[in-house]
Amino acid sequence: MASFTTLTSRQVALPINDIDTDQIIPAQFLKVTDKNGLGQVVFHSWRFLEDGSPNPDFVLNQPVSQGAQILLAGDNFGCGSSREHAPWALTGFGFRAVISTSFADIFRNNALKNGLLPVVVDAPTHQMLFDLAEEAPQATLSIDLPSQTLTLPGGQTVSFPIDGFNKACLLNGTDEIGYVMGFEQDILAFEKGR
Amino acid sequence: MPKTLFEKIWDAHIVAQEPDSPAVLYIDLHLVHEVTSPQAFTGLRSRGLKVRRPERTVATMDHGIPTTPLDVPIMDQLAAHQIKVLEDNTKEFGVQLYGMHSAHRGIVHVIGPELGLTQPGMTIVCGDSHTSTHGAFGALAFGIGTSEVEMVLATQCLLQRKPKTCEVRVDGQLATGVSSKDIILALIAKIGIGGGTGYVFEYTGSAIRSLTMEQRMTICNMSIEGGARAGMIAPDDATIEYVAGREFSPKGADWDSAVARWRALPSDEGATYDSSIMLDAAALEPMITYGTNPGMGMRITERIPDPAGLGDANQKLALEKALNYMDLRPGQPLLGKKVDVVFIGSCTNSRISDLRLAAGLLKGRKVADGLRVMVVPGSQDVKKQAEQEGLDKVFKEAGAEWREAGCSMCIAMNGDQLQPGQYAVSTSNRNFEGRQGKGGRTFLASPLTAAATALTGAITDVRTLI
Repeated sequence: MASFTTLTSRQVALPINDIDTDQIIPAQFLKVTDKNGLGQVVFHSWRFLEDGSPNPDFVLNQPVSQGAQILLAGDNFGCGSSREHAPWALTGFGFRAVISTSFADIFRNNALKNGLLPVVVDAPTHQMLFDLAEEAPQATLSIDLPSQTLTLPGGQTVSFPIDGFNKACLLNGTDEIGYVMGFEQDILAFEKGR
Repeated sequence: MPKTLFEKIWDAHIVAQEPDSPAVLYIDLHLVHEVTSPQAFTGLRSRGLKVRRPERTVATMDHGIPTTPLDVPIMDQLAAHQIKVLEDNTKEFGVQLYGMHSAHRGIVHVIGPELGLTQPGMTIVCGDSHTSTHGAFGALAFGIGTSEVEMVLATQCLLQRKPKTCEVRVDGQLATGVSSKDIILALIAKIGIGGGTGYVFEYTGSAIRSLTMEQRMTICNMSIEGGARAGMIAPDDATIEYVAGREFSPKGADWDSAVARWRALPSDEGATYDSSIMLDAAALEPMITYGTNPGMGMRITERIPDPAGLGDANQKLALEKALNYMDLRPGQPLLGKKVDVVFIGSCTNSRISDLRLAAGLLKGRKVADGLRVMVVPGSQDVKKQAEQEGLDKVFKEAGAEWREAGCSMCIAMNGDQLQPGQYAVSTSNRNFEGRQGKGGRTFLASPLTAAATALTGAITDVRTLI
């Protein structure tokens, strides 16, 4: 699995609540049989105009977003479907972390399995980050997973929660399927016992 | 210690759990479809692994398949390839597939219960968020991502943190014209689309008890639209009667012991939940959504809320954005709003009882001029049953399209889609921007509301027609 330790990057701000997985990657792009290429169509409906050209008003098409690896999104990010194509599309674009006040359960699981870190912050911090994105779009944030801290340009740090098991898996790039396969004897015993 | 339905199933499926780690949870039934499985089978192949329990794994194709006559070849090459990949994968790994020409093919959440695969007390997963549907049988059922599909294929287990529980108690009797779809739309309007995040819902109360299994499935199906990965209803006589005699339901002595186990599943007296929500069924009216998520719903007789009345700046912005996308105004009623398409189908409302309700209203009448009405049965078995009852003739004589089974315009992957700017009343589960086709605008409602709207061409309160 992709690992995650630290990250320093500009942020791309999408101040929209309840961004669903149909917006992250519309269903028309789910006909693929591999994981590649979805970064080119992430947020497709917002990112491209009817004629297929890039929408200049959409933040991902603006110079500040190029090379940015942190997405700052509104509350309840990733609601809707279970498509893992959503984190594949986000990481395909280059994102390695998403900051929000909350994440939908299935999206959070899918993100963690792809080295995409969901960073939960409280409402005041969330607002401060959106203000920062507007006032200083070139400013960079640092995310440090071992210490679970987010560092703002002024040096102020904010801590964020993460499940301890998920944290260890991200830091070590643990293969979770390999981890579960390590319980083979328990699985066999369970199957026998029913 | 008294236990809830959820806790009983959870505890009975823990294979192992290390300190501070998620549980290794055994999965009884893994449903697979063409869209979220190809990368999982690829992963399995690259690891040199087999499907651990092919007999607990069942596949079908539903999302990308056309709903045109079966002798018409699949024109969409990407969809055709994805279907071929599922055929190849299931063959290679020895997994049962209800394929394109199977009499039992259908939407995965329709065929699971129909075939008796879905049973009380089970853990059920599928790479699809509407797996919550199966919770109607008193199973713990939830959607998973493709990495987790691969994990279940490889190990028949899933790594899971124990979710919190929430009792959703619905008491009272539904009024005429109000259905289980209205219960769940009202719940989501009340709690919002993130309201159930981190929770498993257990629906209880007299209103839930009085529902048929198909009506219960509609409610559990949309639990995820309230943020809850799973929704459950304790098994009772209705559940056991539904499961009896189906292809994969237990037989003979196995049936008797299964029923005895299922009877012990309901939450114990005194069991507690982490939170609770109450809903008065008698006070409900037909519901409809006006915005771009399922939480933006109201009684059909209400007017669209004004963003100016919302205190929270982000919520205000979200509503403004939604109304802009929908091209609707604050204070506007939806009754009488002209629509272009009516879609009756999806894993939420495409079962035989849904079609009977819609056909009952359309019988001997015509759909409005210029309106496209699509009726898409949830499975080929539902289609066959409907045709035996003559419902297909009712729909066709009314001027509606009677199509082959599939997800169709609920997810709009197969060419069944809205054109930009079109309005639809849909019995499906999501009204997200572009969900039913780029630029398309969706009003979610019950099959009765959809059928009433089909007759008039504008959003109609079914209670004025019955």
